Amino acid sequence: MKADRHGAPARRRAGAWPALALAMLVLGAGGCGVEPWVKPYERERLADPIMKPQRDMLAEKHHEHIYDVREAARGATGVQGGGCGCN
Amino acid sequence: MAATEAAPGSALRAAAAAGLRLLSRLAGLLGGMLATGHAAAADLPEDRADVMYHSYNGGGVTATGPAVLVRKSIDDAFSVSGSYYVDAVSNASIDVVTTASPYHEERIERAAGLDYVYRDALISVAASNSKEPDYTADSASLDVAQDVFGGMTTINLGYSRGWDTVGKRGYPAFSQKADHWQYRGGVTQILSPRWLASANVEVVSDAGYLGSPYRAARVFGAAVPETDPDTRTSRALALRTVGSVGANGAVRAEYRFFWDTWDIRASTYEAGYSQYLEGQRWLVDGYLRYYKQSHASFYSNNFTSEFTYMSRNRQLSTFDSIGVGAKATYSAVRVPARYEIKLNASAERLRFQYGDFTDIRTGKAYSFDANVLELYVSATF
Repeated sequence: MKADRHGAPARRRAGAWPALALAMLVLGAGGCGVEPWVKPYERERLADPIMKPQRDMLAEKHHEHIYDVREAARGATGVQGGGCGCN
Repeated sequence: MAATEAAPGSALRAAAAAGLRLLSRLAGLLGGMLATGHAAAADLPEDRADVMYHSYNGGGVTATGPAVLVRKSIDDAFSVSGSYYVDAVSNASIDVVTTASPYHEERIERAAGLDYVYRDALISVAASNSKEPDYTADSASLDVAQDVFGGMTTINLGYSRGWDTVGKRGYPAFSQKADHWQYRGGVTQILSPRWLASANVEVVSDAGYLGSPYRAARVFGAAVPETDPDTRTSRALALRTVGSVGANGAVRAEYRFFWDTWDIRASTYEAGYSQYLEGQRWLVDGYLRYYKQSHASFYSNNFTSEFTYMSRNRQLSTFDSIGVGAKATYSAVRVPARYEIKLNASAERLRFQYGDFTDIRTGKAYSFDANVLELYVSATF
């Protein structure tokens, strides 16, 4: 691992993500005094099923299983999977 | 001690009540820390029942079967769900035809879940069991979704644990274990009355037997049993956005980056469009998906020297896949505020193109096409 001029190990690029997530959390929790700018009565479109890419869990599960069995990548899909016997 | 004198049933009830109290306190703590005066509670998933027929056909493999899902709320605070999923597999894939005999087998997956709403939090626990003649997988999960910032932001945290038992057809004494740990987190943000975005991360760790007892690696053209490392950790980061278009449409895009300790890097790109037609009687969707990955450090189509770990698993090779899909949903019966019955049909065409995996019968780079079909009826009530 590379070291910076103070001798400390250089931070890996992936290490920035938790910091970014924390910043979003703090901003999201209203730490900067920002008010929610979309009122509940303005969220009708957002609540429509058309805005949910994963509307039907059974169909999503089927697609997820097909990709899981054939591709090495996995995770962060938002679909809850069971064991798949993927070997 | 009173607890030791109590009947086993009441001890179980006491333990369950203590568990619920703990969950309530945890949710209350999160809610108290993060809620900003938002009065509305989180929503339970909608009551629904689905019956589906699904089919996959490609690369010498067909997998078809029925699947059923039922979800029902209890008491406005709880929702229970159960699902049953069958995969009848007929396998004559390139791995099978070049090293073994084609076979048929059936995989059955059963799952059950419980969701609980507490103020602005949705807490979900689930368990599943998947069984096929030579592979059993059990899993359990806990997920919490917390609305914050007046409901504009939702934070998700989840954990799953999996326990697999790997067998081998014709070898009853062969039994290996594999364990899995999944940690996930995410943020979904309302950006405007017509625009949502989310970021999700998931870390998956595995330990145990992670290969296949049937698959062979090749060294100087000769087949040897494959040997995979017995640990793996992967990370995935996904960014998604959905926007409302016009009066009846929506457009979405997503990107996922994946990397793991086996040196595999993968990217998934997906974009889709959805549109209501004839009022809201029809809903049609179309999407494109592109996936590509680099090979694992211990993968080779044909090794030229022997290593501790060697695999010719094409799932670990360099390849890409392209998918084009379409879906149509027809609202057959709709009684507003009471129930709705929808008929759904979905089809996807996939093409896999391998960079460093060859068909050993021809010596050429391997590729195949696959068709995916889903037909289902869904009722919400």
